[in-house]
Order: sequence, then C-alpha cells, then structure tokens
Amino acid sequence: MKKMFIIVAVLFISFLISCGGGEKKADSNSTVSSGEPVTNTDNPSYDPIRGEGKFTDVAIAATLDQAMAIEGEKVYTVKCSSCHKLTDEKLVGPGFTGVTGRHTPEWVMNFATNPDPMINKDPKVQALLELCLVRMPNQNLTDDDARHVYEFLRKNDGVK
Amino acid sequence: MEKNVVAAMVLAIVLFAGFSSCKPKDIGSAVSGDAAAKSYVAPGKYDEYYNFVSGGFSGQMSAYGLPSGRLLRVIPVFSVDPEKGYGFSEETKPMLNTSHGFVPWDDLHHVQMSKTNGDYDGRWAFGNANNTPRVARIDLSTFRTAEIIELPNSGGNHSSPFITENTEYVVAGTRFSVPPDDKNGDVPINTYKQNFKGTLSFISVAKENGKLDLAFQIQCPGVNFDLSRAGKGVSHGWFFFSCYNTEQANTLLEVNASQKDKDFIMAVNWKKAEEYLKAGKGRKQAVRYAHNTYSDVTHSATSEIKTEVIVLDAKDLKEICYFFPCPKSPHGCDVSPTGEYIVGSGKLAALIPVFSFDKLQKAIAAKDFIGDFDGVPILKYESVLYGEVKKPGLGPLHTEFDNKGNAYTSMFVSSEVVKWNIKDLKVVDRVPTYYSVGHLCVAGGDTKTPDAKYMVAYNKITKDRYLPTGPELAQSAQLFDISGDKMQLILDFPTIGEPHYAQIISAELVKNKALKFFKMEDNKNPYFSNGEGATKVVREGNKIHVYMTAIRSHLTPDNIEGIKMGDEVYFHVTNLEQDWDVPHGFAIKGANNAELLIMPGETQTLKWVPDRVGIFPMYCTDFCSALHQEMTGYVRVSPAGSNTPLLFSTGKNYPVSDTAKKK
Repeated sequence: MKKMFIIVAVLFISFLISCGGGEKKADSNSTVSSGEPVTNTDNPSYDPIRGEGKFTDVAIAATLDQAMAIEGEKVYTVKCSSCHKLTDEKLVGPGFTGVTGRHTPEWVMNFATNPDPMINKDPKVQALLELCLVRMPNQNLTDDDARHVYEFLRKNDGVK
Repeated sequence: MEKNVVAAMVLAIVLFAGFSSCKPKDIGSAVSGDAAAKSYVAPGKYDEYYNFVSGGFSGQMSAYGLPSGRLLRVIPVFSVDPEKGYGFSEETKPMLNTSHGFVPWDDLHHVQMSKTNGDYDGRWAFGNANNTPRVARIDLSTFRTAEIIELPNSGGNHSSPFITENTEYVVAGTRFSVPPDDKNGDVPINTYKQNFKGTLSFISVAKENGKLDLAFQIQCPGVNFDLSRAGKGVSHGWFFFSCYNTEQANTLLEVNASQKDKDFIMAVNWKKAEEYLKAGKGRKQAVRYAHNTYSDVTHSATSEIKTEVIVLDAKDLKEICYFFPCPKSPHGCDVSPTGEYIVGSGKLAALIPVFSFDKLQKAIAAKDFIGDFDGVPILKYESVLYGEVKKPGLGPLHTEFDNKGNAYTSMFVSSEVVKWNIKDLKVVDRVPTYYSVGHLCVAGGDTKTPDAKYMVAYNKITKDRYLPTGPELAQSAQLFDISGDKMQLILDFPTIGEPHYAQIISAELVKNKALKFFKMEDNKNPYFSNGEGATKVVREGNKIHVYMTAIRSHLTPDNIEGIKMGDEVYFHVTNLEQDWDVPHGFAIKGANNAELLIMPGETQTLKWVPDRVGIFPMYCTDFCSALHQEMTGYVRVSPAGSNTPLLFSTGKNYPVSDTAKKK
C-alpha cells in the first residue's frame, strides 16, 4: 500500500521535473546551513587583519591597564586556561606567548567573541585548525571580557 | 485495504493523465494524494508546530515537529531516563521522590500547555502521573521537568492536569476513589459506599514563575473521576469532570460499573470554592505528599515532604458541586471554544450529548433537581441538554474543536474521527483511523481560538501499519489536514510509549525561548568547578568528591589515584563549554548507576562505588570534537587500608615513575 503511494509520488515528482515546473525549483530546495558552514578562504569581504566581528577600532594605550588585566586573568582562568597555556607551549590550542604581536587587538577580540565565522574564513585560523583539530569553542565572552582578556594577554607579553 | 489499493490506482491514473498532458493547470485540485508534499519539511527547515505528546506507560512526554512528525526530544518526567541521566544523577534523583519513596516509572496520560486568556502562552507544559498521583510542570525554555507535586487522598490521577484559562489552577481528579489519607484505610474493600471518597485537587500556579502549590481539595462522593476540562469564556470559573462507576462498584467494574443508563458530569464552581476557602470553611487535614523542584541555578533538585492540605466538603458546602446526568460511562467532557457547550462522550453510548452552560446556570437557579447523590444535587438531564448528535459512530471518547464551529470526536470502537457541527449537531465528515483511536488533538483545539490546520489521531493499535518488531509494536499518530471540508490523512508516525492526550502549539510561541546553555557565572551547584584551576579531589572519610571539568577535549583531572576499596566516589562534573549544543558525557567502568550527560555550564554528579582493585577507565560519552576519542582518563583503585597517596592531575604524570627516579 505504502509502496504504491511512493511509486505514485515518485512518478508525480518526476513528472513535475520533466515539465520544468518552475525555474525557481532548485532555489527553493536549497537550504541555508545554520551549523558549520563550508570552508571559504577566498571571501573578498573578509579582512584578515581585523577579523570578523563587532570590534573595528579598539584604542590601546601604550602602558598596561592593571585593573583590566586583573579582570582579564579571572576570565582567562575560567574560560580559556583549559586549552591555552601562557607560555608558547601548545595544549589544545596554541600557547599565548606573543599573541598580541601576531595579531591586531581587533582580530584577537573578534576571534574570542565570534570564533565560528572566523574559523571558516581566516587563513591563519584555518592553518591552526589543521594543527589543533579542535574548533575553538565560543565561550560567550562579553565585550568587556574580551577587552580585559586582551589586556591580560598584553601583560603576559610583557607590557608594563 | 482493498479500497485503498483502488484509491491509489485511481490516483495513479489521474497522475498519469496529468503526466501525458504535461501541463498541470491546478495541482491542488488534480491531486488528492498530495499528502507527501503537505507533510514534507525540507532538511534544515523548521516545522510549523510543536506537538507535545504524552508517553503513556513510558512515563515521559515527547516533543514532535508537525507536519513532519519528526521526534525532537523525549522529555523525561515521571520515569528515569538513561539518555539524559534523569533519575540517575545525584542532582535529579529527588525529582522522582514521593511519599512512597523513589518511584522510577509511572504512567503519563495527559498534556496541557499553559494558557493566558484561554490561549496557549508557550511557558510551560503540564503532565499527570496516573499511577502514583502527581502533576509535573515542564519548563519550555529548557524542555525539562521543573517541578513535580504529589497528590494526597488520591488514587489514579486521571482527570488531570487540565487547566483554567489563565493557568490559575491545574486540576487533578482521582480516578480511584479511596478512603481519605487521614482515615483508617484498613477496611473491607466492599465498604466502598461508606468509606471511599473522591477527591479533586486544585493546584495553583504562580503567575511569574509557575511555582505549584496544592491550594485546596474538594472531597466528593466516591465515584471514578475520568476526565475534566475547565470552563472558558462564558463558563470561566467552572470546571467539568466526567464520572463513571456511579454504581460505586469495587469489583468487576467492566460489568458492575456499566449498569446505569446514565452516569454524571460534575460541574464545579471553583470561584465559589475559593470563597469558602477565604471564609475559612476548609478543614485542615494531615497528609503526606512530596513536592519536588529542580533549580537551573544549583542544577539540582530538592524534595520536600509536606504534611497538610485544606479540604472543602462538597456535601456540606453548598453550591460548589452539581451533577448532571450523561449517558453512559462518560470519558471525555470537552468544552467548546466559546465555553458555552460541554460535550460528553459516553464511551458506551450511541449518541453524543451536548450540554449548554447557559441552560446549566438556569437549571441551577431554578433548582431543577431530580434528587441528590451522596448530598450533591443532580440536575435534570433535559434541563441542561442543548442537544444530541445522533448516530455519530461507536465508542465516542474525546472531542476537540476548530475555528469554524466544528467539533471532532474520536470513536474508539468504530476506529474513526467524526466531524460534526456544534450548532446543528449534524455529522459533516468522517474519516477512518488505523486503528482504534483514543485521544485526538487539533492545533489549539482546546483553546478559545483554535488554529485548526491539523488534527492528530493517537491510535491504540497499529497491527499491520509498520514493519513488525516482534510482539510489541510501534504506537502511532496519524496527521490529518483539516483545513478543507474533508479531513485528509497526510502522515503516519510512530510515537514513544502509548500516546494519550497531546497538544499542538505554534512553534513561534516556544522556539525563541529556548535556553542555549547555562551561564557559568550563575552556577550555584555546591560542587561547581569554576574553571580547571578549581578542580580538586577531596576525601571526607570514605567519601571522595572529585571536582571535575570537561571541555573539548579533556577531563580535569584525568588521572586519579588513592581511591580505596570501601570508598564512595562522587564525580561532580562541570561542563566548561559556553556554547550551544556542546554537551559532554561522563562514564566510568563498572558504574552501577549510569552515566551523565552534562549541558554547557552545568554541574552533574555520578556516584560510583568501586567493586574491585584495579585501573578503571573513564571517558566522555558524547562525541564532542575531533579529539573526542582522546577525552579519557584513568582512576586507580587500591585495596582498603593501603597507603596509596591521593593524587590527581591532568598532563602532569604523577607520581614520578620509578624509571624516571633512577635517572
């Protein structure tokens, strides 16, 4: 019984297709993936210096903001230290030594708060993914958290 | 069957005709077999509705998407669920506590969505435990059971958990009348008439947070309360309960409770009951019942035993309860969208009586009584009756409504759903179900404003509908498109357990409330590890508390030594992830208890009592990342009395090995 309906359905669908039922068919069948989008390295709109996210222009003083760095260390301890050491040794992700020299503050803060799109687009991140094999989790840092962690990373890199 | 084959062939011919001409003018009218298209939801697309379905004897509730029939989640309510650790983790065990102790398996029959102004508001779902009487509230932001309250003076909580139009109360009517809990229950069973009472429980629901409270109970004559519905609109303030076994039989009910030509529907004026309650007319009764709540902040449940309930007596306190006759052993008593009509479904009756709320009020005012039943007045059938649906089918059980003035009644014996018009009481359509339909539900079918696009029939028997699976077969739901004049079957899908009542709610009301993860900042579990730096292993006598964290892709600590035979080990695992859809699991070899599944930001505890000396592997059971297979660890168990030091680490390699020492 069911088989019969399936045959009918298949015939019907093939009939629709054979008639070229509508030019938009292919379009309406395509779906937007909300999960892990496909890798796309040559996205012209992507800015590899700034990364992708809400931070466009972060003002950084020449000297360290101690209060921010202390707050940043607290966030680091709970949400980052499982995977990132403060040395240059790789744990799950790369060690943090020198990270403020390798990337702009905007890039670091965007990556910390918006990792998934950057994992899909950023050439540096993609190279790291091949090495680490774990996509950096979104730990839902607030904007302030991200700024504080960045200040802590500056401290870790020797800024006084 | 034969008929269907013919229908399919006709359909095929119609389609072939269309094929040859290759110019479909109007696909909708050409094809009555567009069922596949109607129930098809493309991969990656959302369903339009949630269907919350009772799991019957499984004790759980399930959430399906409609029209696809996709099973989205089994929500553990009244039974343990190893998939989620419910009833196995130390934090969730108290949810299943009762005055009888831990009850691991119950029977959930009916589902109700919370309402505001008579329409679903998408805040909570409620379910009833039919065996050990309880009512549960499910939080629709977490799809988890948030609260369970036990009901004293009750046996078989069947006419439950039906709710009033602003979720003021959830009711629970006892199916089995029993001697009240504060009376000596050690009486001969055949003293039913003297000693057994029926109890209706009114559980209030706090507006802001849904908190349940057993506000009062109404003690009624001993009968079987079967189903119930709140009045709405014009009948708001009233509740209606179907009653069978007005014969008050205590044995062979199949025969002895089917003697009378008419049983009753009981109309309850709960606003009046509230007045008596306020006036202090209630009697405080000593009872014992459990009230369990789950906190999303401590990630754990607490169970409290309460010892008092206020009881109002239906016999002494006039104008709360009235009986009106209803043929014959009524099951469903359902209230139309306006609240004016009450449909009784006598499961042994050959007609469907429809009662009028307006006439009910007039009959009460005129004291149009034909007598009383254990002190509760009985109204005259004809004075309350609006009319009867003649020859609707066999074995009417339940009725739901659409927005066009139609009612849909399930017919168990004749295996069909019958659509009839509420005003003129004429049958307008009927459609077979496969087989023996019990409950049915229309989208919004018990609200003031049904949206009436779909109707689902929940069948008791499936026989030849699915691939056979031994003696126990899949239970089934059948989805009908009811947007047109004719009901059209568009999908069969299997369900968990036995589907009794279910409700269909627009996805818009629920989906945007979904909680994505628990914030670590808010975690108040006493064994929470706030980051890996906070992990530790603490010995308290023979109890070992392991404060553990899980993040892609390692456990901390992942090497633990110094556990000894005779120890009880508690793994308190905190998932450090702060993103959606990243649970971690936890299992250790030989655990008699189960495993854990820990949501991001949550702390859950597994108790483990090692039964032998040796090395025990532990690991994450939920594939979390490319290095999930590496997310493992070991626990060393030493003999009792040995002096192995308590050591724990990740990536440290304690203790320094002998070979390293020699260098």
